[in-house]
Amino acid sequence: MARDGGVSCLRSSEMLNVGLGGMESPPLDLDEVHVLAVDDSLVDRIVIERLLRITSCKVTAVDSGWRALEFLGLDNEKASAELDRLKVDMIITDYCMPGMTGYELLKKIKESSSFRQVPVVIMSSENVLTRIDMCLEEGAEDFLLKPVKLADVKRLRNHLTGDVKLSNGNKRKLPEDSVTVHALLPPPPALTLSTDSSDSSPPLSPVEVFSSPLSSQEDDDVLTTSPGSSPTPEESMGRRQKMRSPGLD
Amino acid sequence: MDALVAQLQMQYRNYTVSLYQQGFLDERFTELRQLQDDKHPNFAAEMLSLSFDDSVKHIGNITRACKDQTGTVDFGLVDVSVHQLKCTSSSVGAKRVKDLCVTFKEYCEANNYEGCVRCLQQVDIEYNTLKTKLQDMFNLEKQIIQAGGKVPQVDGH
Repeated sequence: MARDGGVSCLRSSEMLNVGLGGMESPPLDLDEVHVLAVDDSLVDRIVIERLLRITSCKVTAVDSGWRALEFLGLDNEKASAELDRLKVDMIITDYCMPGMTGYELLKKIKESSSFRQVPVVIMSSENVLTRIDMCLEEGAEDFLLKPVKLADVKRLRNHLTGDVKLSNGNKRKLPEDSVTVHALLPPPPALTLSTDSSDSSPPLSPVEVFSSPLSSQEDDDVLTTSPGSSPTPEESMGRRQKMRSPGLD
Repeated sequence: MDALVAQLQMQYRNYTVSLYQQGFLDERFTELRQLQDDKHPNFAAEMLSLSFDDSVKHIGNITRACKDQTGTVDFGLVDVSVHQLKCTSSSVGAKRVKDLCVTFKEYCEANNYEGCVRCLQQVDIEYNTLKTKLQDMFNLEKQIIQAGGKVPQVDGH
């Protein structure tokens, strides 16, 4: 379990039990992957939720970027300090939404200190290369073409569990290429996790990824070891080329 | 009883395959079926139903936008609703409606009023045709289950 597991759990579930108007508030277990899904289309929201549940994720689904920010506590500067222990392992958002687009939401998340390390995945029904590039350059983890398939979500899930928490608390991400490799090859075998004194997760179980800010020491580590939010143009190109063939796995 | 089930199952298979072959449904519908399990036995039908509700709304918005009394049509507004109709159709495998929306969008972008009106008429027909055919398909499923049989997996091939 994470160092501050008990406290995080409490704050998270307290926060979620605050009525947020029709949003699902699953009870959180720090070993489980929690995904925030954002889509203004009810059908798409239900489908993505089903896909995520099938891949063993807990899901909170909201219908707009504003609701997402509200959920994350980013809509109110004063509130964010108290909500900084909300555990969100991934955010998956539609691009085309009224009011705030997925791109705008991505930017706000990447601008926040609490959530900028959370992987953000953009979904779009349109295969527009400039759009894909723009999102990748802003720090999007991946770009999925709609309608999203189970294979796409499984790939994302495998990627999340591939983020390894090492014994010294550093969070190491797999090499950049492994993200794009997943698009073409079957997922790599699950990694054996090294355990530290406070992490008793058995091998092959999901790990908490680098979303929740932990102690200040780990914050420093995360800042220096997590990938920059602006990939080089070459990296963008490489990922974009790989992403031209969604659903190959 | 078994003979009846077998006959219904064959009828169902043929009907469903024909829907795919005629382009009413595509592999997205198959994918939604594959998400079904004992706890969610009607997932595909439920998504279709929600999508139909959405479609009615979008078609209504398009209709209103095209019937503008002042003589100026806000093609931007039409385009937004056509996009939403295309997305909801694509999400559930309503192929013909989705494909029509692609053409519809082109007319919007070209500010082609006659083209838009034609597309609107066609979209309305396609949507209603699909709805009727799917109701028939789901009725066959119900009959199979009521006759004590299992609904066969049909992927359109």
